[in-house]
Amino acid sequence: MNIGKSVFIKGELSGSEDLTIEGNVEGRIELKENTLTIGPNGKIRAEVFAKQVIVLGEVTGNVTATEKVDIRDNGSVDGDVTSPRVAIAEGAHFRGAIDMQRASQPAGKPVAKETHAAPPAAATPATPATVKAGA
Amino acid sequence: MAGGLNDLFSRLGGRRGETPGETGAPAAAAEPDLIYPTKALPKFLGNMATKPAPALLDLGPVVGGNVSFFGEELGCRIRVEDVFGDIERHAVNGTLDALPEYFRTRFKSEAGTVDGILCWDVFDYLERAAAASLAAALARLLVAEGSLLGFFSTASDAGRAQYTKYLVVDQGNLRYRTYPGTRVRQRSLQNRDIIKLFESLRVSDSFLMKTNMREIIFRKPAYLAGL
Repeated sequence: MNIGKSVFIKGELSGSEDLTIEGNVEGRIELKENTLTIGPNGKIRAEVFAKQVIVLGEVTGNVTATEKVDIRDNGSVDGDVTSPRVAIAEGAHFRGAIDMQRASQPAGKPVAKETHAAPPAAATPATPATVKAGA
Repeated sequence: MAGGLNDLFSRLGGRRGETPGETGAPAAAAEPDLIYPTKALPKFLGNMATKPAPALLDLGPVVGGNVSFFGEELGCRIRVEDVFGDIERHAVNGTLDALPEYFRTRFKSEAGTVDGILCWDVFDYLERAAAASLAAALARLLVAEGSLLGFFSTASDAGRAQYTKYLVVDQGNLRYRTYPGTRVRQRSLQNRDIIKLFESLRVSDSFLMKTNMREIIFRKPAYLAGL
């Protein structure tokens, strides 16, 4: 389902199918089991709740997703984001706080594993010259 | 011999950006970023990992990969406050003298509510009064035993007007990506000046890297928790 560029909605928007917004929405959007896409022309001033939120346009307001929030290049979010997964592209605008707490988050998770792809090159050992300043 | 060459390479410029499976391969021309080791980041992460859902403050700018990294590693709440953007705006407007007062009211969070602060190298771009004001504001935000990570350059970068984004590659490596600005790094701070700047905090770890970057972790003593 699409909401076109010329459409302005003020109030509460909810549904049970994926939705793309290219127009203006003010109020509250709730798509708890579905994906909400704010298109490049979309302008949202609302609290947003969805399974997944993809932002290519502008959002002012808090965004909560049960799966993922994806702020793409030229997308803009001014508000707090709550989601277990958040992706912000280079060139995206974001101002606010991001809460990625997981419901089953164990306290004091060990940090031994590496999560990002590029492996350290064998050619460049980490070699600090001094350790423990102030000693 | 190989070790010597590696060491020289490390001193001269780190290693080029790589893609998985290309360890040691030179970077493509379009990927000029350099990757440097970090010793302080794993310590900082270790400090954060002792807390169930830490609150993290990143002095910016927003780096999507870092948000994902810290969020996934720590399951934390992250707020990005782009202080580099503040400095740039004041530099462009010619209002750098107003920065000390600006930093006094810059952060809206309650005192003692932040578990960790990522300053990166922001203090390198500040005059002494502005640096002192920012340091005091940040120290106030920290919880007891909260950690603050700062990078302090010990070398001149030839007056180049640019800032650096520090992109986390993994716990032990950062990708340095420069971007243009109007502010140059100020005079390098001596170790004693840095410690004096954060006089209400204690140095927990300090590493002088071969990249001429001093990486320091400060922690807030428990007896100062209410201040």
